[in-house]
Amino acid sequence: MDPKLKKTKDSSSNSANSPDSTHSSFLFPDEVLERVLSLLHSHKDRSSVSLVCKDWYNAERWTRTKLFIGNCYSVSPEIVARRFPRIKSVTLKGKPRFSDFNLVPQYWGADVHSWLVMFAKVYPFLEELRLKRMTLSDESLKFLATSFPGFKALSLLSCDGFSTDGLKAIATHCKNLTELDIQENGIDDFGGGWLSCFSENCSSLEVLNFASLSSDVSFDALEKLVRRCKSLRILKVNKSISLDQLQQLLVQAPQLIELGTGSFQQELTPRQYEDLETAFSNCKNLQTLSGLWEATSLHLPVLYAACASLTFLNLSYATLRSDELAKLVAHSPNLRRLWVLDTVEDKGLETVGSSCPLLEELRVYPADPFELDLHHGVTEAGFLAVSHGCRKLHYVLYFCRQMTNAAVATIVQNCPDFTHFRLCIMNPGEPDYLTNEPMDEAFGAVVKTCTNLQRLAVSGLLTDLTFEYIGRYAKNLETLSVAFAGSSDRGMQCVLQGCPKLRKLEIRDSPFGNAALLSGVEKYETMRSLWMSACNVTMSACRLLAKDMPRLNVEVMRDEGSDDRQADKVYVYRSVAGPRRDAPPFVLTL
Amino acid sequence: MKGYSRKDEGCPRLLDLIPKEKERLTKSAEEKKTRHGSSEEKQLELRLGPPNGDWTIKNKNISREKDHESLLPFGYFSPWSSSSGTTPFLQAHGQLKESSQPNPAKTAVPNSSSSSSSAQKRTAPTPVVGWPPIRSFRKNLANGSSSKPVSELQNAVGSKISSEKPIENSPKSLLVKINMDGVPIGRKVDLKEHDSYEKLSFAVDELFRGLLAAQSNFSAVGIKNDEDGGKAITGLLDGSGEYTLVYEDNEGDRLLIGDVPWHMFVSSVKRLRVLKSSELPTLSRGRKHGKLSLDTSPK
Repeated sequence: MDPKLKKTKDSSSNSANSPDSTHSSFLFPDEVLERVLSLLHSHKDRSSVSLVCKDWYNAERWTRTKLFIGNCYSVSPEIVARRFPRIKSVTLKGKPRFSDFNLVPQYWGADVHSWLVMFAKVYPFLEELRLKRMTLSDESLKFLATSFPGFKALSLLSCDGFSTDGLKAIATHCKNLTELDIQENGIDDFGGGWLSCFSENCSSLEVLNFASLSSDVSFDALEKLVRRCKSLRILKVNKSISLDQLQQLLVQAPQLIELGTGSFQQELTPRQYEDLETAFSNCKNLQTLSGLWEATSLHLPVLYAACASLTFLNLSYATLRSDELAKLVAHSPNLRRLWVLDTVEDKGLETVGSSCPLLEELRVYPADPFELDLHHGVTEAGFLAVSHGCRKLHYVLYFCRQMTNAAVATIVQNCPDFTHFRLCIMNPGEPDYLTNEPMDEAFGAVVKTCTNLQRLAVSGLLTDLTFEYIGRYAKNLETLSVAFAGSSDRGMQCVLQGCPKLRKLEIRDSPFGNAALLSGVEKYETMRSLWMSACNVTMSACRLLAKDMPRLNVEVMRDEGSDDRQADKVYVYRSVAGPRRDAPPFVLTL
Repeated sequence: MKGYSRKDEGCPRLLDLIPKEKERLTKSAEEKKTRHGSSEEKQLELRLGPPNGDWTIKNKNISREKDHESLLPFGYFSPWSSSSGTTPFLQAHGQLKESSQPNPAKTAVPNSSSSSSSAQKRTAPTPVVGWPPIRSFRKNLANGSSSKPVSELQNAVGSKISSEKPIENSPKSLLVKINMDGVPIGRKVDLKEHDSYEKLSFAVDELFRGLLAAQSNFSAVGIKNDEDGGKAITGLLDGSGEYTLVYEDNEGDRLLIGDVPWHMFVSSVKRLRVLKSSELPTLSRGRKHGKLSLDTSPK
């Protein structure tokens, strides 16, 4: 906005005696207000502040430096550019979360390029860009690398469309890079040459994460890079880095706070083993450890010295057995977060319960998600064991093949502070295996007991009763994931009517239909988005919704060979930017 | 998901129970054989055609016939029929509990109907798109991940969308292990970087020359010495050198390099070996491909 306009406000606001001024905030010069507001960082707080009055709206927009856009289509680059003149850091999220599981076709959208073009014009001093589930091309990366001289931090999570060539551009041109964080992307890996593109003058890196890339990088280049970046605090290498190479890196960077190892399997001489052990014990500041591919009991002991200070141990790439895990956690009494594979089985989880009293977050991933043999993986027993020993548990993601209502009820009694409860019983529609009843009472117990629950993912055989419970008790619920659950429209209606803080609702393969969809007509504008796929919704209901609510974007994708009346995939989200202009042909905007 | 085509991103319907012939079913059939409950054997038979009563979830990739509803067991309702009071899941479980409800349209009663509470072994459902909700990069852990570059999903540069496949070779590189007699450390070579046997031969020389020199302080044969202090490894392709290049194909056989066109070689090679030429007589010579070509010159 026009600085002149701003100044006009200044003069009028200072005249506290003016008969027109009725706001006490006019006693505050704008400069003071801005100074105060510049201390606000939470974007939720800033949103609230901007709604107080026009002055505060203005002060807020001039002082906002970090932009968070949870749905890139909810707003347009132009609108953003008009409102916020001084942005240094942008976080942008794109595709619906179910795109992580291939429910969203390729070329759906969420391309970052138009945003980058706007940023280059309006925010030439942009320093940080964090993207999640966005599409970006190598050209975009090159554009990014060459358009912002002060660019410092790039974080790409679950994005797609680019290759290591794009990373080359970043490494080559961003002279002040402090952060390069590449995670879990649909990236074309043409080799590790990008790492060698960092100039020999580059010494500013603080964060380097390339764990999810597969190609070999030049170890020589990496070692030199690590050596000259004295501020490096997060280093996560990929599988191509061997143990003895890791040792050499650790010797150069004992100050690391977070480490992701490479492959943890190699024949080492006794001397090499000793050196590695020493290197780990010299890392006095290590709080997070990950990587550990192919780790076995042969080499795990080198970690023990470093485990004492660990607060986050990510073993989700290591197929550890229960005894191997037991020894590790025995050395890690300060763990707050633990991610494991279900190869550790219930027995391994028991040792977690007894060794990690401070544990707050547990994630158990399935090593073989399509394995049906019930004798592998974890059961309700493991979860119970952890809940007995770790009373501070508040975040869980648990993949299992069997569960009981009684177990879950006990678990939440032990740990009533759950904020995130994501239970995935892997066989869809699986009942309580002891009683053969639906799992309604389990989730009922969760929502009744855990009053702070923000995020819930349900699974197993569920009737509408589960959703009645959710609507009645889950008053702080913000995110709900539903799959293969419910009996009728009533289920979804209960949730839409009962959960005041609901922001994200994603549903697949459940018998909710038009009545359910339309019951939320007034709700969806208070939410970020709704996703419904493989439910009972028809095109006519979607059109009705779109017609009634012009500030909602209602998008439908149809499956091949399906009836014209069916709305196979529905994505509804609020937007001030109107319908998408970049929708591919298979996305019908209603 | 195996065999899942890129175009069709539809979620499979739980209600489409026409089993699709896949490796998956083969695997689950094998699993079933090891389970207790011999009376279920007949129902556990792998077959093509209408469902045998398995409560399976079909990949929606199958083109729907209008009468697909008639193939659904348990009297499942199509999702498009209005006002179905209970979910198909509940119906199935109702059936399971009663275990005797005759199904007018269908064949066998679900095999798990005989097990109400105690029998743990459920029928293996066929994989559902995007279920369990695990991101692709987490999917290949149990197999002991290889270090081949994995092409991730939803990659705009045209790789297939196949969600639950195990490790899939990236179309852009093909790394294979290569070991040399007398050298304990193996190497890896990217076959996509070369387009002929000759280039491969040079690459092998580059990879192992230094290592070989370090291994053997005395070289019995070979007078050539390059500046970088190693004896050049030559004659890999035609048997004239001290060493010969061979490969193992996807059937586990060892074959001489050079018998088949390069692209055919690349598609079947699993690993390479550099053997001492004195061990040649033990190898087969292109019989597999029906060629007895004496011409081993690279194409």
